[in-house]
Order: sequence, then structure tokens, then C-alpha cells
Amino acid sequence: MASTEQTKISLPADQYWDMIIEPQRRLFDLRLGELWKYRDLVMLFVRRDFVAVYKQTILGPIWYLIQPLLTTITFTVIFGNIAKLPTDGLPQFLFYMSGTVVWAYFADCLNKTSNTFVQNAGLFGKVYFPRLAVPVSILISNLIAFAIQFGFFILFVLYFAARGTALQPDWTWIAFSPVLLLMMAGLGLGLGIIVSSLTTKYRDLRFLVTFGVSLLMYATPVIYPVSSIPENFQWIILANPMTPIVEAFRYAFLGAGTVNPGHLLYSFSFMIVVVFLGSLIFNRVEQTFMDTV
Amino acid sequence: MTNTAISVENLSKSYRLGQIGTGTFAHDLNVWWARIRGKPNPMLRIGEADHGNRDGEEIWALRDINFTVKQGEVLGIIGKNGAGKSTLLKILSRVTAPTSGKIKIKGRIASLLEVGTGFHPEMTGRENVYLNGAIMGMTRKEIDGNFDEIIDFSGVDQFIDTPVKRYSSGMYVRLAFAVAAHMNPEILVVDEVLAVGDAEFQQKCLGKMGEVAKEGRTVLFVSHNMGAIQSLCQNSLLIDEGLIVGTGKSEVIVTQYLGLISLESRTIFRTSNKDDHLWLEQIELKRNGVEPASIIQTGDHLTIHLVIKLSKPFTRLYVGVDLLDEWERLIFAFHSKEAGLIIYQEIYPELNVEIDIPQLFLLPGQFHFRVVVADRDGQLVEDVPRAVSFDIVPRDYSTHGYTFNNKHGQLFIPFRIKMTSGKNVWANEVEI
Ligand SMILES: Nc1ncnc2c1ncn2[C@@H]1O[C@H](COP(=O)(O)OP(=O)(O)O)[C@@H](O)[C@H]1O
Ligand SMILES: [Mg+2]
Repeated sequence: MASTEQTKISLPADQYWDMIIEPQRRLFDLRLGELWKYRDLVMLFVRRDFVAVYKQTILGPIWYLIQPLLTTITFTVIFGNIAKLPTDGLPQFLFYMSGTVVWAYFADCLNKTSNTFVQNAGLFGKVYFPRLAVPVSILISNLIAFAIQFGFFILFVLYFAARGTALQPDWTWIAFSPVLLLMMAGLGLGLGIIVSSLTTKYRDLRFLVTFGVSLLMYATPVIYPVSSIPENFQWIILANPMTPIVEAFRYAFLGAGTVNPGHLLYSFSFMIVVVFLGSLIFNRVEQTFMDTV
Repeated sequence: MTNTAISVENLSKSYRLGQIGTGTFAHDLNVWWARIRGKPNPMLRIGEADHGNRDGEEIWALRDINFTVKQGEVLGIIGKNGAGKSTLLKILSRVTAPTSGKIKIKGRIASLLEVGTGFHPEMTGRENVYLNGAIMGMTRKEIDGNFDEIIDFSGVDQFIDTPVKRYSSGMYVRLAFAVAAHMNPEILVVDEVLAVGDAEFQQKCLGKMGEVAKEGRTVLFVSHNMGAIQSLCQNSLLIDEGLIVGTGKSEVIVTQYLGLISLESRTIFRTSNKDDHLWLEQIELKRNGVEPASIIQTGDHLTIHLVIKLSKPFTRLYVGVDLLDEWERLIFAFHSKEAGLIIYQEIYPELNVEIDIPQLFLLPGQFHFRVVVADRDGQLVEDVPRAVSFDIVPRDYSTHGYTFNNKHGQLFIPFRIKMTSGKNVWANEVEI
């Protein structure tokens, strides 16, 4: 019979197995292919994040709009009208709103990814799935929130433009803005997973981080432009990799700000280093994290 | 090797101590600051010695384990608490990584690990089914296809749109098992979770695992229920202190396991609290009059020995030994009073009790004895809820390959059966 012939075919040992579990994977191995296979799960996580916001706040989805609006109004009153900080000649409202919306994306990515391990310990302890699915889903759900908020911001831009405010959006830079977004996502993700890996040992670290992130905002040109800082102090602000990104965003959509390809290159390299380091640490921690819960 | 499903090679796992629960930055900062100033560790309780940093101390949960599982095999994994069973399943399920060695796997694994299920409490049962399915690597379509079956099996259909945080633990496990079992995994891994559900559901799960195995899938099953192990698994693996100490036919391995635990559990020694005047010092089960045992077959001759110590004389003591099943249901109370033993003399300093049961007609399952002692006023002066526990394993009392087990209740009652139809008569007698 034919079957006798078939049984003779034996696969090479390595091909026979679907999976081999070993102690230490290669140092740098993100297994993005595997993550792609789990894309349904990533989308479910994204949905879960939204459902949580829906169900846990009274205002539901409107919260996404109210948050930047209130922050912008507060900043306009305090920093614009009371402290009278300069705004590169832009309408205060637009100046603060652009800073707030852009900053919020970075800050949310960082804050939420730094909770990855602690918040999902229950899930991680029961089943295997690529752990990177969690931070990646956070980037995506924040991106959706960002799109909503940014759209809201654009509405205000159009409103101001219609009222005759002179704004000079720079189309080249607007075309470049997805790269800026990617850089922020990378920074948030990289720093977030580094922190999340450390929180497996130090549970209280994330409070420190939340606090640190809100302080960092003041070292980023969200409420003041870089041009308002005396030349010989600018390097301090520019050492913050978020600075060139926020300024570039503002320059792209409102036409005022300090942009310099060298600074952006610095931010980009910073992002690459942080993502690389983050993956390295994450890779190590995810394998035995569950033993320490 | 062609039809090997799992091959475990030189697998070891160590856990580092001193990493659990110390994790706050403020704590370490405090300790570090104190050390710099040459002060003692401020986090130690008074009188506690400073053992320094315990980080790095290791315990080996698995030591150099080797075995293979064939496709379609149902393998039981047994061993005492802390033997390393759950650790093995966790490594297999990739929840944690091994320290050394490797595991090769053919096919997709679905697992149901100890307590909890990976459900998200805020989400409904339905949403969790999808989430859980996706986590286990199912696509949305596959879950859609199996959804009705999953809900049907779990029996939580009424609550499927309720957030699972309002489920009972039994419902949790039922839904989790249903998802895992209907994922059509090539390999199904089940830790000791079924004990949470009720008897009927356990039975259903065991049945389902049997079905899964019949379809040629591989099942790894951890349980303390020797009856379930014997009825479900042809082969078993016995783990003790991280080592495999036996593999082979389940009957043989179960007996070996029972030998292992009977060495330890034949006696319970208790010391008195200072103000106890009376306490149970020892309880011992003897099977067929001789060997101390914690595994007993249906119909065995069982003897229970109690040693009760008294620090002052008592009169009129009543001793009761309650037989309970694993859901704490009382099956029978062996009570001295109803047996007509009312003692008016003084009892001091020791009371020996022997309860002799010529034939114990219990069907397979897990049981335990509770010991109570009441004084003349009926006040409980001693109460040991789980003084000793034991498993009943099936006896092959039928020649046709069928047998009575826990599907048929808890008690075995010998009977005769006769069926007639016209001139035909069929009759049999069922006894031990
Ligand atoms: N996360 C952990 N950290 C430290 N020790 C652990 C951890 N998990 C289990 N152990 C220890 O490893 C050994 C094996 O545990 P386990 O696999 O849960 O045994 P079983 O499931 O057979 O009862 C036990 O001594 C247990 O205390
Ligand atoms: Mg266990």
C-alpha cells in the first residue's frame, strides 16, 4: 500500500517540532513575526483599553476632548494671562493646545506602558502570548486618542484661520509629522518598557515615574517656546529629546518654532537607543517575571 | 520519534528567594541609607536577626527532568504538594522560562493553570471568551465557530453578558475550562483547577478530557484525585521534590504515590496548646488490618486508630469521627454515643479509640475524617476538621470491563440484579 511508503518519510528533527522552549533566548529578539500572528489579540487589547475608559469615566468618549480643552484653558489663563509667558507670536490658545496634545501622547504612552507588567500580572501568569502585545496595543490605543484630539486641535486652527489669524503651516514639515509621531511613540514605548521592567522589582517606582513625567513637561517647550530661553541655557532644554519634536510639530502646523535637523537627529538617535535598551531589558524580564509576583 | 508530542530534556528550574514581596523602592532605599550610616536594618522586626540579603538563594523546583509524551497520550502527573507539578506545567505553557534544559513541542498547547484564569474582571463573559481565545492564539473566526459550544458546555449562558467579576469561582473555572477545551488544541494541559467546581462539572470535565484524548490529542493532567487519574490516564508520572521518581502505568504509579504519602501521612502528631486539657495526638488509618494507608480501595477493611491525650481527668467523653467527601458533605458519623458507649469512669491520661469498618463501601473519590470530642455537657472540647484524608480508588469488581465509579454516587451497595424477558433470564450479583 501507499502508506508504507509514506511512513518512511521522516522530517529532519528540527522541522518536526513546532516549538522549542529554552532558557535564554538571544539577547535581542523581539519576535515581531509572532506578534503579527497575535494581531487579533492586540486589537482586542486596544478595544479593552477603550472599553475601560468608556465604563470607568462618567463622560465616556467625550473625556478625550474635555481633557485637552481644560488643560489648554488652564494654561492660557495661568501661563498666558497671569504669567504672561511669550508664545512665539502665536495665539495663546493654539500655542498651548498644540503643546498639550502632542505632549499627552508621549506622556500617556510612557505612563501606561510602564504599568505593563504590574497591571497584567494576572493575565501573564495564566497564559502565554507575546508580552510585547500589551505595550504595542497601548501605543495603538493612544494613537487613536491622539487622532481624536489632534483632529479637535485642527478644528481650532481652522477656526482661528477663518477669523483672520495669520498662521503659516509648513507643508513639508506636515508631511514629515508622521515621523515625529513615530519618534514620540518610540520614546514613550522604550522608556515605558524600561520602567515597566524595573517595576517588577520596585512596585512603587511607577508613582515616581508618573510624577517625574509631569515634571518633565516643564522641561519641554509645552508652555513656553525654546526661543524664549536665553541662548546659553537652551542646551538644557534641548537635551530633552522631546523638545525638538514639540517645536517641530508646532512649526509644521502653526508656522512658528525653533526647528533644526541636527536636534531632530539627536532625538531620533535617542529614540533608537531607548527602544533598543528597552527591548533588551524587556526580553530578559518577561521570561521569569512571573516567578516574582 | 515521529509521533512524540512533547519531549522534555534535562529540564531544571530554580526560583530565587528573597525577590517576592520586598519590591518597593522606598524600602530598599531605606535599608541602603541605614547601611550607609552603619545603622541596623530598619525594616527588621525587633528580635529578628539580620540575615543580610537573601537575594540569590535558590530553590530547585525541578531537577534535570526527562520524559516524552506520545501524541494522543493522556498523562497523569502526580506528586505531593510542592513537588514541582505546577512549575512543570507553567514552563510548558511558557508562563515562565526554564533555568536549563529544553522542551520540544509538536502542536498547539492550551492550558488551564492553577487558580484564576486570565479573565479580565471588568469585561463580560462573552468578551472574555474572545479575549481568552485570542490569547491562546485562536482567530476571531475560530472562536465564532466554537462560541455556542463553549457557552453550552460552561453552563453560564444566562450570565454571558455579565462582567466576570460577579461570577463565582466555580463559574470562572467552568468558563475557563470550556474555552481551553474547545480551542481544539493538540495538547491540553490542566493543573489542579477542577477541584473548584462541583462534582457534576468535574465529571463533565473529565469526560471532556477523555473525549479530547480519543480524538488523538494529548492531555497532561495534574490531580490529587487518584480515582480520576486512574480512570482517565493510562500512564502517569510521579514527581517528588523536583525529581521524576516514577513513570509507567497509572495503577503502578498511583500505588507508588500512595506508598510515598503513607510514609508521612499515616500519623498526625499534635502537641497541645497550653490551655488545652484534651487533644487529638495521633490518628492512623490501617488498610486490611496491616499497612498504614492513605489510599484505599472500594470494599477494603479499614481501621481508624485515635490517640487522645488528656491533661486532667474527664468523665463521659463522646468521641465522633465524621466521614466527609471533598465537598464537606457528611457521609456518615461514627459516634461513640450512638454506638452506646457512655463511660462513667475517669479517663486519664490517654484515651485510645479504634474504629473498625469491616468493609468500606465508598466509591472512588477523595474523602477525609473529622474528629470531634465532646464533654458531658455536649461542649466540643476538640475539633480537628481534616484529621486525615485519603483517596478511594476503584476496584475491578466486574469482569466485563465496566466498573462503578464516582459517577454512580458515593456509596457502593452490593446488589443482585435479574432481568427476564419471555423465557430469557439474565442475572448477576454485584459484590466486592
Ligand atoms: N514563584 C516562586 N518563587 C519561589 N518558589 C516557588 C515559586 N513557585 C513555586 N515555588 C516553589 O517551588 C516548589 C514547587 O512548587 P509547585 O510547582 O507549585 O509544586 P506543586 O504544584 O507540585 O505543588 C515548591 O517548593 C514551591 O514552594
Ligand atoms: Mg500545584
